[in-house]
Amino acid sequence: MAANLPTQAQVQGGIGVTESQITHDEHALHDDHHHDQHWLFKYVFSTDHKVIAKQFLITGIFWAILGGTLSSLFRLQLGWPESTMEWLTPVLGKWVEAGKLNPEFYLALVTMHGTIMVFFVLTAGLSGTFSNFLIPLQVGARDMASGFMNMLSYWFFFVSGVIMFISIFLETGPAAAGWTIYPPLSALPQAIPGSGMGMTLWLVSMALFIVSQLLGGVNYITTVINLRTRGMSMSKLPLTIWSFFLTAVLGLLSFPVLFSAALLLIFDRSFGTSFFLSDIYIAGQALPNVGGSPILFQHLFWFLGHPEVYIVIMPAMGMVSEILATNSRKPIFGYRAMIGSLLGISLLSFVVWAHHMFITGMNPFLGSVFMFLTLIIAVPSAVKTFNWLATLWRGNIRFTSAMLFSIGFVSLFISGGLTGIILGNAALDIQMHNTYFVVAHFHLVMGSSAFFGLFAGVYHWFPKMFGRMMDEKLGYIHFWLTFVGVYLVFLPMHYVGIAGFPRRYYAWTGFDMFSQFADLNKFISIAAILAFFAQFVFVFNFFYSIFRGRRATENPWRSTTLEWTTPVVPGHGNWPGEIPAVYRWPYDYSKPGAEDDFIPQNVPYSKTTSSNLPYENDNE
Amino acid sequence: MSTISTTQPLTTASSTAERPRSGNWDGGNEPFKASYGKLMMWFFLLSDAFTFAAFLTTYGLIRHRNPAFDPNAGVPFEFSTAYWPIPDKVFNAFPGLHGMDVPLGFVALMTMILIFSSVTMVLAVEAGHRMDKKDVQKWLLWTILFGATFLASQAWEWSHFIGGHEEGTLMADGTTFYGANLTQNQYGPVLFADLFFFITGFHGTHVFSGVCLLVYCFIATTNGTFHKRGHYEMVEKVGLYWHFVDLVWVFVFTFFYLV
Repeated sequence: MAANLPTQAQVQGGIGVTESQITHDEHALHDDHHHDQHWLFKYVFSTDHKVIAKQFLITGIFWAILGGTLSSLFRLQLGWPESTMEWLTPVLGKWVEAGKLNPEFYLALVTMHGTIMVFFVLTAGLSGTFSNFLIPLQVGARDMASGFMNMLSYWFFFVSGVIMFISIFLETGPAAAGWTIYPPLSALPQAIPGSGMGMTLWLVSMALFIVSQLLGGVNYITTVINLRTRGMSMSKLPLTIWSFFLTAVLGLLSFPVLFSAALLLIFDRSFGTSFFLSDIYIAGQALPNVGGSPILFQHLFWFLGHPEVYIVIMPAMGMVSEILATNSRKPIFGYRAMIGSLLGISLLSFVVWAHHMFITGMNPFLGSVFMFLTLIIAVPSAVKTFNWLATLWRGNIRFTSAMLFSIGFVSLFISGGLTGIILGNAALDIQMHNTYFVVAHFHLVMGSSAFFGLFAGVYHWFPKMFGRMMDEKLGYIHFWLTFVGVYLVFLPMHYVGIAGFPRRYYAWTGFDMFSQFADLNKFISIAAILAFFAQFVFVFNFFYSIFRGRRATENPWRSTTLEWTTPVVPGHGNWPGEIPAVYRWPYDYSKPGAEDDFIPQNVPYSKTTSSNLPYENDNE
Repeated sequence: MSTISTTQPLTTASSTAERPRSGNWDGGNEPFKASYGKLMMWFFLLSDAFTFAAFLTTYGLIRHRNPAFDPNAGVPFEFSTAYWPIPDKVFNAFPGLHGMDVPLGFVALMTMILIFSSVTMVLAVEAGHRMDKKDVQKWLLWTILFGATFLASQAWEWSHFIGGHEEGTLMADGTTFYGANLTQNQYGPVLFADLFFFITGFHGTHVFSGVCLLVYCFIATTNGTFHKRGHYEMVEKVGLYWHFVDLVWVFVFTFFYLV
């Protein structure tokens, strides 16, 4: 395996090199010495966390463009249901029939859009990129605990993506039962074309994706626990690391339950079992399946599904905390409260899943328990929001692109979070369920917010990834077009939802009551398509800057965390020579009495006597 | 950055401002006194426990949806799709004792074998700590033997379950059916058989993977790979997995056979 890789924990040297550490790695103390590697192993089957992070990021960008394209297609249908789609025939082929989009394919579009965005972009693309890139750099490690498993994690994700991609081109189309794939619709091939081969490939793809998540997750958790450098206690970790750590814990505990559900569904679909099926008639024919429960699937699915939204949002929260503090030149407000609220959110995320199921006929008392627990999540969320605002308060704010996206994140998180309080109420949810109000809510609070966190992270850590800066002017243009675009899309969508528009409908032209909203729908579609095209400003900026961007310095944002103590582009092993030790928390910005407005974590207190607080002089 | 010898305990107040802290959770060491590989195995097992928990929850929920046999109704128990079967009546066969009623006898033997394999696994790990190659080989071989015996017993148990009892059961469509498969089942509701095949099968797959890992460990021990490496941690990690699989069987056994 890692025969020529000096990537293990044991390279750290200094304090705490125990006997077991020495015996576990024959290659200790090789530091960053370079090996002549074949390019195939250097850039493709690499075990270096930084290369793997870039692989996740670029794969994520590919999927994001595809997911966005799908949404533009169905927004065209929703905005202009009467007009001809003939011009899309070169792309969609037989899915355009007599100038109309095939309704089954419309369902496939929304299903694929959801699956791709939630899993491939905002789970793998977001935490896959930044957990991989930042955990070893910020905790002070040469690499992940197991570089080999880390590589496997990416390639399982890659294969899972290839299978999902192939499913789009099937004769019967890809899965079309919604990203939540509720049976019996998803379980019966005769129900809709998308429940045939498309659904089978969806399940296979997701099973591989779950394996990828588990391989990545155990690595992240273990690295944070075992590979922190000397002095990096848990209470000196940057908030990014805390958020990646807890995200990995959530994934580790919730994805296996989705795995169980997927496996049971595979048996129902292919081997004739009845776990989720009972009393079904199709075209007047009774199916032999009796005794199963489709509601059971919803329980299993949402036991993953709800933590999943926090898997998506928590890495963004961590990165935003870091970027807000750096660019406000102020310590993060309430560091410990930030950790506590992350812990609170992680814990609560496992006991609220049934708020997705208020209308399944569940016992109203049970519903009220889940409603109570759901609304409690507002508390840690509000703690975080107020802490972000208090960090900005009277800060010496630098409006970098990353900072703009971080502020945008806070804005979207508030706007989307407020409607969460409405939807968390069982009585209100019964009215709103499966309307565009729900769509608007989660697109703001987890979709767009997490995307903003992703953008903020890319702009902020791009210099460390590629040694060059992204263009700030293009960053501003990207930010304002996206920020305004997102609000123009999703604010009107709330009205549409309150009016009762159900989601996943191909067209509303058959309902007179909705005709007055036709203009609004057209407006949403225009805004959505414009906001989608604005993303190509980012794509251009990203790829152009990799090769032609302004050259970066070691620490362009004057930041305190350990990744900025590495060379401009860290090599294999991250630090030439010894790994720095850590003495202080990661938020010593604008400390009174200090020479500079930031003190990196690796500066001992003995070097900063002018700014030390009394207890820091005898730091015991 | 100055490199400092840190083997001496920190004494004076001024020196602590120059050195990082060195407590258990202060970084630079392994707070659980476990290598990364062992930690990973623990976290994987935690994750796997959730997979099994989901399956057993499924079992509980579906069983709860089906009526139980009422012993006070005055009718003797017979197999029927109308209620959940009594395990004593389903699993009452023993190889070589044809026609005798041995409720849960065979599965009790299987369970004993698996628990014994855990004991031999412990002995293998202990021998590894002593760097005693001969003993590691011996106890690994016993564990492999017990594990394989368990799998073979499960195969017998399955084939008997599939083949059925002497008397068939009159099904709803008027035919008489013997044994069980994924779509029909003489013992009770079809989901009883679905769940039995699925969950014991999933557990059996775990045991099979475990036996493969043990065989790998045995080969590596015999080749002296672990001895050259200076430790038998791989045996320890596979041991963790093996004990977990045993523990899961205890739950599966409880759910399917006892309650």
